Amino acid sequence: MATLARLQARWATVRQQFYFRNNVVDAFRKKEYNAAVKIQSWFRGCRVRAYIRFLHRVAIIIQKCWRGYLGRQHYQLIVKIAYYTMKMNLYNEMAVRIQRRWRGYKIRKYCFNYFYLKEYLRAVSETNDAIREALEEFAEMKEREERKASLEREEKKRDYQARKMHYLVSTKQIPGIYNSPFRQEPDPWELRLQKAKPLTHRRFELRRPSSSCLSNWLACSSARSFPRSEFLPPINGRQCQGPFRDIADVLEQRYKPLEPTLRVAEPMDELKEAREELKRREWIKNIHDNMFLPFSSYHKNKKYIPSMHTSSKYDPSSYECPHFRDEKPEKWISSKNFQTVLPPIDLFSNYGKLYSKAGQIL
Amino acid sequence: MSQRQVLQVFEQYQKARTQFVQMVAELATRPQNIETLQNAGVMSLLRPLLLDVVPTIQQTAALALGRLANYNDDLAEAVVKGDILPQLVYSLAEQNRFYKKAAAFVLRAVGKHSPQLAQAIVDCGALDTLVICLEDFDPGVKEAAAWALGYIARHNAELSQAVVDAGAVPLLVLCIQEPEIALKRIAASALSDISKHSPELAQTVVDAGAIAHLAQMILNPDAKLKRQVLSALSQVAKHSVDLAEMVVEAEIFPVVLTCLKDKDEYVKKNASTLIREIAKHTPELSQLIVNAGGVAAVIDCLGSCKGNIRLPGIMMLGYVAAHSENLAMAVIISKGVPQLSVCLSEEPEDHIKAAAAWALGQIGRHTPEHARAVAVTNTLPVLLSLYMSAESSEDLQVKSKKAIKNILQKCTYLPALEPFLYDAPPNILKHVVGQFSKVLPHDSKARRLFVTSGGLKKVQEIKAEPGSLLQEYINSINNCYPEEIVRYYSPGYSDTLLQRVDSYQPLIN
Repeated sequence: MATLARLQARWATVRQQFYFRNNVVDAFRKKEYNAAVKIQSWFRGCRVRAYIRFLHRVAIIIQKCWRGYLGRQHYQLIVKIAYYTMKMNLYNEMAVRIQRRWRGYKIRKYCFNYFYLKEYLRAVSETNDAIREALEEFAEMKEREERKASLEREEKKRDYQARKMHYLVSTKQIPGIYNSPFRQEPDPWELRLQKAKPLTHRRFELRRPSSSCLSNWLACSSARSFPRSEFLPPINGRQCQGPFRDIADVLEQRYKPLEPTLRVAEPMDELKEAREELKRREWIKNIHDNMFLPFSSYHKNKKYIPSMHTSSKYDPSSYECPHFRDEKPEKWISSKNFQTVLPPIDLFSNYGKLYSKAGQIL
Repeated sequence: MSQRQVLQVFEQYQKARTQFVQMVAELATRPQNIETLQNAGVMSLLRPLLLDVVPTIQQTAALALGRLANYNDDLAEAVVKGDILPQLVYSLAEQNRFYKKAAAFVLRAVGKHSPQLAQAIVDCGALDTLVICLEDFDPGVKEAAAWALGYIARHNAELSQAVVDAGAVPLLVLCIQEPEIALKRIAASALSDISKHSPELAQTVVDAGAIAHLAQMILNPDAKLKRQVLSALSQVAKHSVDLAEMVVEAEIFPVVLTCLKDKDEYVKKNASTLIREIAKHTPELSQLIVNAGGVAAVIDCLGSCKGNIRLPGIMMLGYVAAHSENLAMAVIISKGVPQLSVCLSEEPEDHIKAAAAWALGQIGRHTPEHARAVAVTNTLPVLLSLYMSAESSEDLQVKSKKAIKNILQKCTYLPALEPFLYDAPPNILKHVVGQFSKVLPHDSKARRLFVTSGGLKKVQEIKAEPGSLLQEYINSINNCYPEEIVRYYSPGYSDTLLQRVDSYQPLIN
């Protein structure tokens, strides 16, 4: 209480003092406040900055790590690509090298083969030489033939000349003009004249009577196949004076084909020809030239000549017996023989039974 | 008046007619008489005689008509206008072989002049009767009919087609197989005339099996037959590869080469034409000919003849060389180039020269090797002079220019190129300088030679527009040499030297 009393006692002073003091302080309050704010702001600023600095440091560490990671990844990628491209380049280069060799080889071997070309050109020039030679030979041969022919023609002409001038040949009494007595030897023409046959007067050769053969007429080989007169036939049908026949009759007679009598027309050895003709006709009907003999043993010893085009073995016995002559009694529906409608052919129905050895041809 | 006197009139008339036609026929053989005959109105007089009762007069009248019509196309037209043809065609089927021959002769004489006249004959329906005449027994009639058909067919494709449609081809092929040489000859010529127009017509001739028979007759000794056979084969072969192959398959090859050695000029010509027509189609066919030695034979043939007969051979070499470089090489080693250059310089006619120039161009255009082979025979100056000459035809100029260009662009044989520096016109000089600019950088000996022979000097004297191709070539030549040398050879160098002397300040101590 005392304290309270004391305080109460002191109250007035205190209040005064309080007022006074507050009054004094008020003068500095603003300044102090401002100073406090400044101090606080500085401090707080420092603190926040420190914090931010700290954050920055931390962020940098994080970013450093992250960026390093990314960078490393990127770097690895680049390295990979670089390595890959390097590899590919190498491979391509190698492939080019291989292709170059191969293409060069192939082209040189198959397309522009120098040795082949050389060989080919050599072969061509050889062929050319051969052809040139052959043609030269051919031309020479032709020329030789020509020369020979012309010589022959000359010779023929000279022969004809000699025949024409045969009257100039020297006789025993009078020497000819080519056989001068003042010379040692007679002229070659003299010898030729001696050898030549004198030219005879041309005679009208007798025309062979035109044969009435049809083929001859068709081929028009005879000049008389069509009636064709050098001179026009007279148009007047008047009879000539005298005991002449009618002009038409005469012409008909003139151009009539030859009609020989039967005795003349037929050949002399008709009988012989007729026989041969008959033989020929008979021969045409034959299927083959071998005589047909029905005896089975005749062909037995003959060796069969197989066809060139087959490979199978051909055996006549296997052909005849088992297939066509086979008897299978178990399949018969009755034991009786079939009735024959036509009378049987003895030869076939008694095949293999009837003939004795006497019938065989050995 | 007695009967005798009456008949005597007739007799006289008949004699006079006979004498008249015989005299006219005789006179018509001489060209100088024709005009007089024409003015005398011979046509209208002969026409009724064609219908005469006496066959001899008919025949002689037809003969006279034929001779007249043969002479020129006015008379042939007069025959057509005179309505003589239907009469002839009618009697062609009716009369005997002598008349048929004469009538076919008239048709031939009329038809040979122009397509219109031939068409007039076709319009008269003569083809069918002529084809029937081809089936006649008499070879003379067949010959006359085949001749007439050939003359009708030779004008154009339509007329040929008409002849083919009338069914003449199989009969002509049969005619070839007859033994008579004259008939064979005419039939072969008719086939040649038919097949020359179009591939289809040639195909019909081939389908009738003509080639095998024709090919057999190449070795026939008769020269005129050979001519026609070779011409027929070449006319067939010229159209297409297939037809040419058909001809080759008839195994004509080593055989036909013998014809190149024949005495007859036209046989040679037709044989080389045949080879040319085959060679021009494909490299394979050309190769076949080369392998058979055909090139050598043709080259020999070129050496043995003159003038137009050479032309097909020259063209054949060109065609063969144009196909591939190996074939061109084959031509070169067969010694074709000297022969061609001989042709180029010897022949007087421009078209043959043009063909030779073309062929040389085809040979030289492949590789430097080929160009060198052409250049060493000294053909380039000849070609150049032909190109420069004012007398040569335009075609020859074009062809020789092309040939020069083709050869120069491949030529690396400098001695042959050098003369060109001096006398070639600018458009050719370009190629020459170009070749030098390609060769000189790689060949030191050539560089030295180029300087000593004065080529470099000449190159410096060329005035080229800056920036042009020629200037580029000149620059690249200049780059091969040291600068002093280039300057030394430049025109006006002495002047500049003298100027330097003038402007030089002597050093006086």
